[in-house]
Amino acid sequence: MNISDILKSLTPDKHTVLAATKGAIQLLKGDQHADQVVPPSGHTATLTSFTAGAMAFLAVFALALSLATGRLADRWKTELSQSATVRISAPEDQMSRQVSKLIEVLNTTPGIAAVNVLSEADQKALLEPWFGPDIPLDDLPIPKLIDIIQDGNGFDADGLRLRLSAEVPGAVLDDHSRWRKPLVRAAGSLRWLGTLSILLIALATAAMITLAANAALATNAQVIKVLRLVGARDDYIAQAFVRRFTLRAFSGAAVGTLAGVIAVMLLPDASAASGFLTGLGFVGWQWIWPMFIPPLAAIVAYVATRFAAFKRLGELT
Amino acid sequence: MKGHVVIELKNVAYSYGGGELLSDISLKLGSGSFHFLTGPSGAGKTTFLKLCYMELASTAGVVKVFEKDTRTMNRDEVAVNRQRIGVVHQDCQFLEHLNVATNILLPVMVSGRKRQAVTENLQSLLNWVGLENHAEALPAELSGGERQRAALARALILSPDVILADEPTGNVDWEMSSRMLNLLIELNKMGKTIMIATHDLNLIRTAKSKVNARVLRISNRRLQLAGADL
Repeated sequence: MNISDILKSLTPDKHTVLAATKGAIQLLKGDQHADQVVPPSGHTATLTSFTAGAMAFLAVFALALSLATGRLADRWKTELSQSATVRISAPEDQMSRQVSKLIEVLNTTPGIAAVNVLSEADQKALLEPWFGPDIPLDDLPIPKLIDIIQDGNGFDADGLRLRLSAEVPGAVLDDHSRWRKPLVRAAGSLRWLGTLSILLIALATAAMITLAANAALATNAQVIKVLRLVGARDDYIAQAFVRRFTLRAFSGAAVGTLAGVIAVMLLPDASAASGFLTGLGFVGWQWIWPMFIPPLAAIVAYVATRFAAFKRLGELT
Repeated sequence: MKGHVVIELKNVAYSYGGGELLSDISLKLGSGSFHFLTGPSGAGKTTFLKLCYMELASTAGVVKVFEKDTRTMNRDEVAVNRQRIGVVHQDCQFLEHLNVATNILLPVMVSGRKRQAVTENLQSLLNWVGLENHAEALPAELSGGERQRAALARALILSPDVILADEPTGNVDWEMSSRMLNLLIELNKMGKTIMIATHDLNLIRTAKSKVNARVLRISNRRLQLAGADL
């Protein structure tokens, strides 16, 4: 083959040249040659992978916190709203009569499914953490407590209060709303804090990857110059960096997420120790959520590196 | 002038660091023409070539490449037009971490063409420039002459319309100079536009005996036709 044949066969195909501009598709399909033109940089590679991994690990916990507080808020909202307590104070000789009257009123109130008068043993157990086991319950003017369980429709708390004030003046209804609302509000705030943490983690990841990408672009200024001299478009040059950083962020985040999920699995189950609190972890389908962290990290890295690359290439005219 | 104009400079000046390096340069490079650019060291030959392939922007006047004003080109247009210009840089401009074969294939890679499609042609080019045993070597492992031959191969790999060579024979022996010149003459006969910046007068004289070449000289910041002695 002589030089004429070689050169004739090398005439550029315009369609394939245009095809090179489809950067996003190239990124998904992969172009190892585009990666190859940028020399491997161990330092920024390690930094990017480590950052993505650490951030993914933290994101798993933020996600777990957010979901757990969400569950907590829901439980407080539903469980506590289904019960109420009536406290009745009366002279000892009138107590039985007042309690009977109260039960009669409660049993005829729509929306109340069950009424349970706490026994002395129950009340003693409730007070024991505060006063110790030898509490002389008989000597203290302790009011009687009656638990109310609502049915699905619930009862009219204001109406019941009015009725009690008329028929059983010593009875006081506590429907838990006084302290239930701040707890639910606090749990809701914690949920938003968890969500905000995830957002901040994503932004911090973007900032760190932007810094690492800028460092890599500055280090490879000569490479960029040579690529431009041989006719490389900005898309091609940017893709070499974008693909590299995206894959690093994805792999780092995958490792970090896996470590985070294992750590969450190893946490003690708090719900077993308390009927009130819930464990910091995932339940059922919620285990799917951490799987979104590595792709999300890759998207963040893609956007951050692409932005940094085009900004830098625009400056290197 | 042969054919249509591929590169045109109109009253072009280039200033750097407060001083004017080139002044009032006007030239039309027709398709299929063959030019030598000569002049003393530091006269501005390399700067002139850089203006032609848009590595530098003129500080005055108009540079048109493939009939388009370079001042109105965006970076993508510059890139696409550069794919039509093969350049042999004086300092070769290799990516030092890539082997010789990959460096030669760089224009193919950045243009989006499949590497595999030119593998056979690459081997032929390597054979032709005498680097068939250095394909896997890094540029730093090559001698000055070998680097220039590799740079020439890279300039030719996309079969460009225009070939600009900055002192392409500066570090090669006479036999290789002669082979490179013959290649450039053969390319010119195929319709390629050639411009060689050199101060090697023997090379110019040899070429003039084989091809209808114009010899330009940069002197006192201006471009002029060289005398009949060349």
